[in-house]
Amino acid sequence: MLSETTAFLLFSAIALVGAVNVVTRRNPVHAALWLVGAFLGVAGLFLTLGAGLLGAIQVMVYAGAIMVLFLFVILLLNLDTTPFEGLSIARGASLLATAATVALIAFPFARARELRAAAVPDEPELPATAGNIASILFHQYALPFEVVSLLLLIAMVGAIHLARRPRRDEPT
Amino acid sequence: MVPQAWYLLLSALLFGLGIAGFVARRNTLVMFMSVELMLNAANVVFLAAARDHVPARGSACALFVIAVAAAEVAVGLALVLALFRLRKSVQADEVRELRA
Repeated sequence: MLSETTAFLLFSAIALVGAVNVVTRRNPVHAALWLVGAFLGVAGLFLTLGAGLLGAIQVMVYAGAIMVLFLFVILLLNLDTTPFEGLSIARGASLLATAATVALIAFPFARARELRAAAVPDEPELPATAGNIASILFHQYALPFEVVSLLLLIAMVGAIHLARRPRRDEPT
Repeated sequence: MVPQAWYLLLSALLFGLGIAGFVARRNTLVMFMSVELMLNAANVVFLAAARDHVPARGSACALFVIAVAAAEVAVGLALVLALFRLRKSVQADEVRELRA
């Protein structure tokens, strides 16, 4: 049986190695496959956080559906390895700005003892079971839930419209 | 129990890798993958912050993030397809019509 710390270190190593390779691989197919690794690592982290349902959804939606979509588009476009994207001064500067941003995010995170102190004290602890999540989704978060369903519909219509081949007689 | 700060640090690192990929890469597909990494980092924060408080609520929020990510990928990849049809390339550098 894996101890929780071991599991955390293992899964976070998987996620970080996957993420580094997503950013550095020149072949987009390789980047997409490393992205699967990163997603699976994050799914493992969800499990160590006690959110089994989210881990399963992460594997199904991200590692399944979204990755298939990425690979499908890459194969459809028949892309070669992208030419070397050199490190210009502007890009080096933007990477420096990235490092500064991350440091600014990480510093208060590293000092955060517990986020619980700011929370409302007398609320019942609801474990992240499917039943509890569903009851929150359909009571407290019913309006955002409906908005998200509308968002998905809009995204679907928009995607079909954007990807559709224009007809001969209509201006592009 | 793994301290919450470790999870937060890890998510900051994942988010940073996402930003780095987004600003340093010019392949629009890889840029979208970097955005997915950033959204995943946000989910780690949601679940880590909710772990000791109301875990089910954190899961519900993360579920919304996943739905938004799915919608973003669908529209984004449709945009990449339309761009490729117009330019025969997916490099972000080659689209500069709006530049003065």
